[in-house]
Amino acid sequence: MKIAATGRNVVTLVLVLAACLAVVGLVALAFGGAHLSLREVWAGLRGESSAPEASVIVRQIRLPRVLLAMLVGAALAVSGTALQALLRNPLADPYVLGISSGAALGAIVALWVGGRVATASPLVAFGGALATTAWVYFLGRRAGRLASYTLLLAGVVTASFLSAAILFVLTMLSTRDVRGVAFWLMGDLSVVTESHLRVLVPVVVAGIVALYFFAKDLNVLLLGEEEAAHLGVNVAWVETAIYLLASLLTGVAVAVSGAIGYLGLLVPHLGRMVVGSDHRTLLPTAALGGAIVLVISDTLARTIVAPAELPVGAVTAVAGAPVFIYLLRRTAGS
Amino acid sequence: MGQGGRIHPSHNEQRQGAGPDLCVSRVAFRHPHFELFPVSLEAQAGQLIAIIGPNGSGKSTLLEIVSGHLKPLGGSVRLDGVDLHGLPPHERAKRVGLARQESILLFSFEVREFIRQGRHPHLGRSLFESGDDERWVDWAMQQTNLAAFAGRRILEISSGEFQRAVLARALVQRPRLLLLDEPTANLDIGYQIEMLRLIRRLAASEDFIAVVVTHELNLAAEMADFILLLEAGRCLGQGSPAQVLESGVLSRVFRTPVAVDGNPSSGRPRVTWIAP
Repeated sequence: MKIAATGRNVVTLVLVLAACLAVVGLVALAFGGAHLSLREVWAGLRGESSAPEASVIVRQIRLPRVLLAMLVGAALAVSGTALQALLRNPLADPYVLGISSGAALGAIVALWVGGRVATASPLVAFGGALATTAWVYFLGRRAGRLASYTLLLAGVVTASFLSAAILFVLTMLSTRDVRGVAFWLMGDLSVVTESHLRVLVPVVVAGIVALYFFAKDLNVLLLGEEEAAHLGVNVAWVETAIYLLASLLTGVAVAVSGAIGYLGLLVPHLGRMVVGSDHRTLLPTAALGGAIVLVISDTLARTIVAPAELPVGAVTAVAGAPVFIYLLRRTAGS
Repeated sequence: MGQGGRIHPSHNEQRQGAGPDLCVSRVAFRHPHFELFPVSLEAQAGQLIAIIGPNGSGKSTLLEIVSGHLKPLGGSVRLDGVDLHGLPPHERAKRVGLARQESILLFSFEVREFIRQGRHPHLGRSLFESGDDERWVDWAMQQTNLAAFAGRRILEISSGEFQRAVLARALVQRPRLLLLDEPTANLDIGYQIEMLRLIRRLAASEDFIAVVVTHELNLAAEMADFILLLEAGRCLGQGSPAQVLESGVLSRVFRTPVAVDGNPSSGRPRVTWIAP
């Protein structure tokens, strides 16, 4: 309880983090191939810029991408937080459950088929995520309810099977496509359209808000399924709802951005260090923190090797692995 | 047992008739390798009931059934006239608390946060605890002598303190029936006595029924109003400590010769293992 979970504290926390996110977002808009000053960014955003190309860069090129980074970052971090509590496993994240591999396979199969299917690859990827979710869920059920360890193992095995299937399909693709796929498998925010955002905004916001209503149940679930049941939680229904909401958030995020690693795993842990384990403060912290982290990572991905670009997943992996090791040593030491 | 239950001040529901407050009637259960034969039990608020018996005799299964969590194959559990197995989980959790040593805790809560989880069934649709909820947490921490530990991490306190925190979490549920699965496991003799004295005092002052599963026969003899002895899923006897703790039965059930005499300080039965 670094920050006590009261209504007032949660509102303050959200306002402070949202302000940080806004500042980070503005700075991110300034960076890129052409460096703009914050004043130019602000003018461009309001459409009052003296240089029309600055307005185009800010509003049509960079803003959609920054918004996408915010939504994907929030979705992955919240999903990871919920899954870690649900599975009572600090290593759980959206990828461990195979959801991202399912989406990846869907996208790659779409490319393989080619033609009109290829243009709809995000949709096929989302279908892949949903199908994997349903399959792992089916495997993870024991006697009418979710068994967390069975679910985790089912996810790990499914993910490794899907990875093998992805390699298999990759060998069928032409060299030109393979490069695009590799980029996509690493996680990438460079392909963003307005229609992506139009779907993503309501789904991610609704998913996070819906999960928040389970915040106090997530707290009790951390004590174990039996304890939660004795404290009045309808475990079967609550676990199913949380799993489906977390999968939905992951599914839409992966469908438009590929497999961005470490975010769903690490942001929840960093959040716990700052605000504690109570999900009523942790979930909003993870949502806004995940958004901030991914906006920063994507800005780095766009600028470090400019004029070329890195896939953002490479940045999160390069930064995430040392952070993970640091957290590991820190926990082991205490 | 006496007639007529006292009316608990914080429970407004209509009490049905003047029977026992807790009425467990002929509950039975079957695992693949274990069968619990029909057991009945009655208790009044304020009483402390001890369930004793060797490992694997069905104590914890019986406790799970009485808690309303595990549905028996036959029979029923009625608390203040209400069938516990017919209640939705959140309603049951307002009436029944279960305290037992838990498995691993994943992320460390602070002691106060951990205890506050017991208010979960009372939150209803509210996302946050009210001032009332916080006052119950204060009260429980005071009762269990944990006030000084509020900000400590639950994984960093001693097992004696942890056992008290588990009890405190069940107390803030404000249960009418409090079930405790080996509340004195891993405690030294001083803590064991302190723990059972506390439970007995609170059962009387807060007017709840306490059911304790324990291996400590002498503690049960000193503290319990009523003892139920299980062996291999069968109830071998129930009644006052003097009625149940009989040397022949105990020697056979626990596979070792014991003698039972009276504790000179209390007059209650005292069980002594006979050295070979």
